[in-house]
Amino acid sequence: MLSYALKRLVQSLIVILLMTIVIFIGIWFIGNPADALISPDATMAEREAAIVALGLDKPLWQQYLDFLSGVFRGDFGNSFVYRAPVTEILAARLPASLELAFVSFVIAVSVSIPLGLYAGLRPQSPFSQGIMGFSLVGVSIPQFWQGMVLIIIFGITLSVLPVGGRGETATFLGITSSLWTWDGLAHLILPAVNMALLKMSLLIRVTRAAVMEVSRLDYVTFARAKGVRKHRIVTHHILRNVLLPIVTVLGIEIGNLIAYAVITETVFSWPGLGRLLISSVQVLDRPMILAYLCFTAMLFIFLNFIVDILYTYIDPRVRDAIQAGGRK
Amino acid sequence: MSEPCANPQPSKPETLLEVEKLNTWFFTRKGVVKSVRDVSFHVEKGEVLSVVGESGSGKSVTGLSILRLIDQPGRIVSGAIRFNGTDLATLSEEEMRSYRGNRIAMIFQNPMMTLNPVQRIGDQMAEAISEHEDLPQSEVMRRCIEALKAVGIPSPEERMKAYPHEFSGGMRQRIVIATALVTQPDLIIADEPTTALDVTIQAQIIHQTRKLIDETGAGMIWVSHDLATVSELADRVVVMYAGAVMEIGTTAEIIGSPRHPYTQQLLNSVPSRNEPGKELFQIPGMMPSLLSLGEGCAFASRCSARRPACDQPIPPEHLSATHTVWCVRAKEEGDAA
Repeated sequence: MLSYALKRLVQSLIVILLMTIVIFIGIWFIGNPADALISPDATMAEREAAIVALGLDKPLWQQYLDFLSGVFRGDFGNSFVYRAPVTEILAARLPASLELAFVSFVIAVSVSIPLGLYAGLRPQSPFSQGIMGFSLVGVSIPQFWQGMVLIIIFGITLSVLPVGGRGETATFLGITSSLWTWDGLAHLILPAVNMALLKMSLLIRVTRAAVMEVSRLDYVTFARAKGVRKHRIVTHHILRNVLLPIVTVLGIEIGNLIAYAVITETVFSWPGLGRLLISSVQVLDRPMILAYLCFTAMLFIFLNFIVDILYTYIDPRVRDAIQAGGRK
Repeated sequence: MSEPCANPQPSKPETLLEVEKLNTWFFTRKGVVKSVRDVSFHVEKGEVLSVVGESGSGKSVTGLSILRLIDQPGRIVSGAIRFNGTDLATLSEEEMRSYRGNRIAMIFQNPMMTLNPVQRIGDQMAEAISEHEDLPQSEVMRRCIEALKAVGIPSPEERMKAYPHEFSGGMRQRIVIATALVTQPDLIIADEPTTALDVTIQAQIIHQTRKLIDETGAGMIWVSHDLATVSELADRVVVMYAGAVMEIGTTAEIIGSPRHPYTQQLLNSVPSRNEPGKELFQIPGMMPSLLSLGEGCAFASRCSARRPACDQPIPPEHLSATHTVWCVRAKEEGDAA
């Protein structure tokens, strides 16, 4: 198990390394950050000085090596724009993204897994058809438009929920979050629903398809032939086998919720990570982009690792396969 | 053959199961697939009745119909399934559940697929008992271990904690059989239980199954396409083709003096009955679509002895107290094909 984890870690680090090279070359292709950052009114001398200060006068490979040596010292560099360490900027934005992702994840999972299970167990029933219709609409509506509709209905017409910003925050157990205040929670509802609706559509479909597939398998028929009650067949024989595909999708989706909430964050003026990425790309704030994408890559690697560990708990075959692999 | 035609299936006191005019149809988009048509047979206590036929003959659907495990779009359209005198077809779902596994157990074809991969085999066996009887955990475990011992699983106490993937195919089928037997059912329906296993394991399992039936006095329906295993194991044989029964008789009657052209040709296509080096005999033609069957004999389209009467409904011909055939030719003098 341990050697398996180590192998995974080394693979992941290689992936991140390659990714940073691609980003360096990619940004170099797009343009010179100096053009975006330095005022056009600046004199030639001021401009030169700024370029040297940012380290942009050196050849690209030299800049890359500087970046790498910084990373090994734990320093991802300073943002070209904010003139502050990028890690601090990320850390400041992270709680807003995490709390939004958490709430929309909870909404999406608690609604879509029961609905998907129902639709998979009774695919012919009118209610199941309704669920599938809802999920089709959910996938088809553009997220920004759906967000604006939510704002119009709940923010303007009904005027029951705030439509922008993070609201009041409080610190509890050392974590500063809007989850701890009523005002903060009220601000969370609409953006969280906005993100959850899209994920729900996907999760309902994945759950339904997996349930339908597993329900047809021999061991479910065998359980019925043993006289096992319907309820127990669902909980002991269907649900546990359906968890594998669901956990896989959840791992990816929770990462997407944290790192790529750009549209929702923009529509609801949410001060999260997604907007930071877009604004950084606009001005070619290379250290910011690099740090952001490295964080995202590590996030997904971490989540995949969690998914793998969950696999071993859900499916004994996976556990044995990993242990057999580790002994080699 | 010259005996007077007695009542072919007298309702003896030891009759365990009586299937009468069973019809199981599937209502698909293409039309109604009549998988089981007017099938009647009975099983006595302590006997093995084998249902044979090729793929699509309705033999598996017949087995599933007895336990009422037919899923949409299929359903039992008509017929009675009398088990110890109770018509299972009229029971509520919850009443039916109390029969499944408890009084009537089923064994499936593919042991690699019959056990839930994420549950310990002990738990899977235990639920066959605990879903029907409220017993202390220790008693449930004791019965499971005993059942595993009976089918020849070494050190069953430890193996109860293992998962299905830790066993070979033959061992898994033994576990499935042990699970079926653990409730001491009166009837066991085995749907091609040895098809997925290699020949030596097949022989062991058949031997053990026969022994268990003789010891427990349970009845068994052994669904198979393999005439060699049938001749070793079964007391009586039902031959099915395209959803209908063609011939019923004791194993000696069916194997020794088959009277239906289909049974005769089916036996002729068994490899061991053919000469080595010569091309195997095959029944010419294909099974007709179950969507468009007429009233007459379903085998007529492939039968060399076809005549106009074959297109009319075929009355059963009782050749002896145990041997019945659905063929217009049966009255004519017996001939070997």
